[in-house]
Amino acid sequence: MMRFSTLVKHPADWMTGGSADNSIVLTSRIRLARNLSHFAFPGWAKKEQRKEVMALLQPAVEGLACMKDGFSKELEALDSVSKQVMVERHLISREHAARSQGSAAVIERRQSVAIMINEEDHLRMQSIRPGLDLQEAYRLISELDDELANEVEYAFDARLGYLTTCPTNLGTGMRASAMLHLPGLVISDQIGQVLQAVNKIGLAVRGIFGEGSESLGHLFQISNQSTLGESEEEILERLGRVIGQVEKNERYAREKLMEDDPDMVQDKVGRAYGLLRHAWLIPSKEALEHVSMLRLGADLGCFPEGTTPMCDELLMDIQPAHLQLHSGRKLSPEERDAIRAEIIRSRLQTLEAPDNCKLADQNNGDNLPPDLGIL
Amino acid sequence: MDCDKCGKPAKVHLTQLVAGQVKKIALCNECAKDSGVTDPTGFALADMLLGPNSPASAPLAPRPASSGRRCPECGFTLEDLQRVRRFGCGACYDTFRAEVDQMIRGMHKGSDHRGKVPDGLYELQQRRQRLEELRDKLESAIGAENYEAAASLRDEIRELEIEAADAGSSR
Repeated sequence: MMRFSTLVKHPADWMTGGSADNSIVLTSRIRLARNLSHFAFPGWAKKEQRKEVMALLQPAVEGLACMKDGFSKELEALDSVSKQVMVERHLISREHAARSQGSAAVIERRQSVAIMINEEDHLRMQSIRPGLDLQEAYRLISELDDELANEVEYAFDARLGYLTTCPTNLGTGMRASAMLHLPGLVISDQIGQVLQAVNKIGLAVRGIFGEGSESLGHLFQISNQSTLGESEEEILERLGRVIGQVEKNERYAREKLMEDDPDMVQDKVGRAYGLLRHAWLIPSKEALEHVSMLRLGADLGCFPEGTTPMCDELLMDIQPAHLQLHSGRKLSPEERDAIRAEIIRSRLQTLEAPDNCKLADQNNGDNLPPDLGIL
Repeated sequence: MDCDKCGKPAKVHLTQLVAGQVKKIALCNECAKDSGVTDPTGFALADMLLGPNSPASAPLAPRPASSGRRCPECGFTLEDLQRVRRFGCGACYDTFRAEVDQMIRGMHKGSDHRGKVPDGLYELQQRRQRLEELRDKLESAIGAENYEAAASLRDEIRELEIEAADAGSSR
């Protein structure tokens, strides 16, 4: 089995885009919730029962073809920094990190499939892909789901579908989501309108960093809320269509900003570059904001190729647990700000000052704003 | 502001748009951590707190006297369900069927599963259900001394049982 240090040594393909276009939609993620028949759900099970379920599931999950040479550990055997690093990488949930005895995480070596045992449900299985690719992410995880269904008996009801601890997950047990970078919509003040439209049709939107409607780094997550009454395909089709629309809106907002006020955009990108290049103490919030502008600048052609994946890597590496992993010890908030600034400076060392932003015509001349009404 | 769950000073403020309405929840650090509200991947709490039957939109009711209703498989009680709005095991969904229906009203697009079915399980369950029905019928046919009907029911049951055994061995 793989060691933790080996697992997290390199960023996953999905974190840096791989070959997919991830300039607006960074990642697509599918999560399935499954439980075993005849065993109490983790939150209600006694410790012994949880261990029994884990003894049954961990070998079954480790035995999946894709988990060959993967990572598998009981949470009890991981220190808090390692768990937190996995949370920051979206490999396990925060709730799962808080667990220890009777819970485990099994992760595919490229970090594109992660399975939590005894989280809120007996099984929480996720697959992540770069860019907008919900269908493929679903196909991958659904295959694993089929493999496991032949090994264990799932709790399933003909009318309610897969039975889950929380009734909000009944039916398909599927939560599909995408992470989007929407600086254009935020700067042009259209974000509220777009998010409200998305919300109105029953999809959930939240900021990736920060709480509530405040979102640092202009990163948002859109996901389905309803899991019952529609097939997986119907849910994915609708969600994918809406995400595609938001992507187009963002693209249009960027074009419009460049047309109406190129100096303002150039100024934001330039300031972000200057600040990140020369700051010696930088809190997380400030760093996220400026890395976001750098990322926007990269999409607008101010920086050479390779700048977007560098930004994506930074977004991961400047988070608290990653900083502690990097320096190999516990850090005070002040120390973190210093090390964060140091990492950013070193990554930006060879990056030249931004060129004039110029927007490639990525909309193929289709400059009409996509109609929000059809969202 | 005090925590909506335990009344201690609130540290975490959650704001979410639900169907165009702004909902706000305040939690102390412990309750926020417990319920995973600070987790970008944890939807469950927001769903629970902000769902149509959310405890946050209704004042916290005093705990009712025990109803004595309890899941035969895992011991989860109706009171547990009302308190945590989660279930103890798969069988709870049968035990508290009426409550389930009420809870999920308005929560999802529909009330019937239309998605994936685990390999072989659906057939297994359908067969089980059909067998139960046939056995009930057989009993009443025998009770009514309708031996002709009973004989054909018995044949049908045997056939299903053989089918079930075949399917079981191939799984």
